[in-house]
Amino acid sequence: MSILKQATIDAIKQNESALLTAWIAGLEQEGSLSDNRITRDEVSAQAKDFLRLLVAASAVGDAADLSRGEWAESRQFLELLSRSRAQRGLDSQHTARFIFSLKRPLFDQLQTTYAGDPKALSNEVWAVSELLDLLGMHTIRAFQKSREEVIMRQQEELLELSTPVVKLWDGVLALPMIGTLDSQRTQVVMESLLQRIVETGSDIAIIDITGVPTVDTLVAQHLLKTVTAIRLMGADCIISGIRPQIAQTIVHLGLDLGGIVTKANLADALALALKRSGLTVTRAE
Amino acid sequence: MSSMRSGTFALRSEQDVVLGRQAVRKLALECGLRLVDQTKLVTAVSELARNAVIYGGGGDMDWAIVEEGARKGVQLVFRDNGPGIPDIKQAMTDGWTSGNGLGLGLAGAKRLVDQFDIQSAPGQGTRVTITKWN
Ligand SMILES: Nc1ncnc2c1ncn2[C@@H]1O[C@H](COP(=O)(O)OP(=O)(O)OP(=O)(O)O)[C@@H](O)[C@H]1O
Ligand SMILES: [Mg+2]
Repeated sequence: MSILKQATIDAIKQNESALLTAWIAGLEQEGSLSDNRITRDEVSAQAKDFLRLLVAASAVGDAADLSRGEWAESRQFLELLSRSRAQRGLDSQHTARFIFSLKRPLFDQLQTTYAGDPKALSNEVWAVSELLDLLGMHTIRAFQKSREEVIMRQQEELLELSTPVVKLWDGVLALPMIGTLDSQRTQVVMESLLQRIVETGSDIAIIDITGVPTVDTLVAQHLLKTVTAIRLMGADCIISGIRPQIAQTIVHLGLDLGGIVTKANLADALALALKRSGLTVTRAE
Repeated sequence: MSSMRSGTFALRSEQDVVLGRQAVRKLALECGLRLVDQTKLVTAVSELARNAVIYGGGGDMDWAIVEEGARKGVQLVFRDNGPGIPDIKQAMTDGWTSGNGLGLGLAGAKRLVDQFDIQSAPGQGTRVTITKWN
């Protein structure tokens, strides 16, 4: 149990503006304020809000257990603070420093408050230190969670971004694949391709794998499944962009793409698709 | 054969398989492997690393840049402490899979590299060593 003494809480309340000034000065010294992704005013406002929440919660709360209701507001405040910093690309160190740099001014304050009582002083320094550590840890955890959310969202965006189905000609769709073809991506790709085949009434789909660095058995299996699904819809599929080194690797791996029409590049695949559609390309006289 | 530089790479997830491939591509470049040999080695890595993750329940890849006379190469050991393979001959057969793969990973990897050695027994985990020379 390490609830702060009433005298500590009173001291913080009475010296609020001095503490804030010292806290901000500390942040400034550490270089936390010279980042153009966050303004000084914003940090000052956050510092003020946080100090008030800290006082309110530690007047009733048990410092050893942040999961309790008394700390809900402080926790939420730190989670929001972490999220906004994560979204702006600030790092965890910068975010955690916000809390940890409150230690110095608070310790200085305690020195004054408990000048004649070394035992109380050491108790309160310990209590404040423990409390700020816990809050700092919570901030770091919240920050990491926010970062993970940001990364996950980017991954999802990438997933869709990297699977654009383009119409090359009436009845001819192309899907330029780029990057690693994992199961999740293949699923997204396959769905959007099949969807577009229906929407556009296309009968030829070209899957271009120029941008796929490795064609192993898993990628091959995904490709085979996609081709089968396309055929089940009554359309034809051409795989293009099989570079020489990939072709040789496929042979050694023992993959059988026998039933699939393949072309070295997208241009050849398009030429074939046009031919199959009964079209010829001629040079204008 | 002498080893010039070596290290270990964890294989726990599909993401690690991708990272492992990238790491080996760098090593292959460093050893002066031609593009087609780089691609072959990296593809073998993809197969063996994924087997370690899927069947072995995760494992490690030891890597080393090795030298023998004038030639340089990449040597890799894929180890896991999974269930092991009861019948290696069967597992090495094209088209045989206990799961729902194509059953080409092991046999294909062997054809893609210069040296291939597999050791496995039920309850003993699996250890596959491959080398590709420049
Ligand atoms: N590290 C391992 N631990 C245990 N069993 C393995 C391991 N590696 C391979 N096997 C067994 O050997 C079989 C053949 O492996 P192989 O990589 O050739 O084919 P696959 O993984 O089933 O399919 P593919 O690799 O073509 O997608 C596997 O189905 C599995 O039963
Ligand atoms: Mg396999």
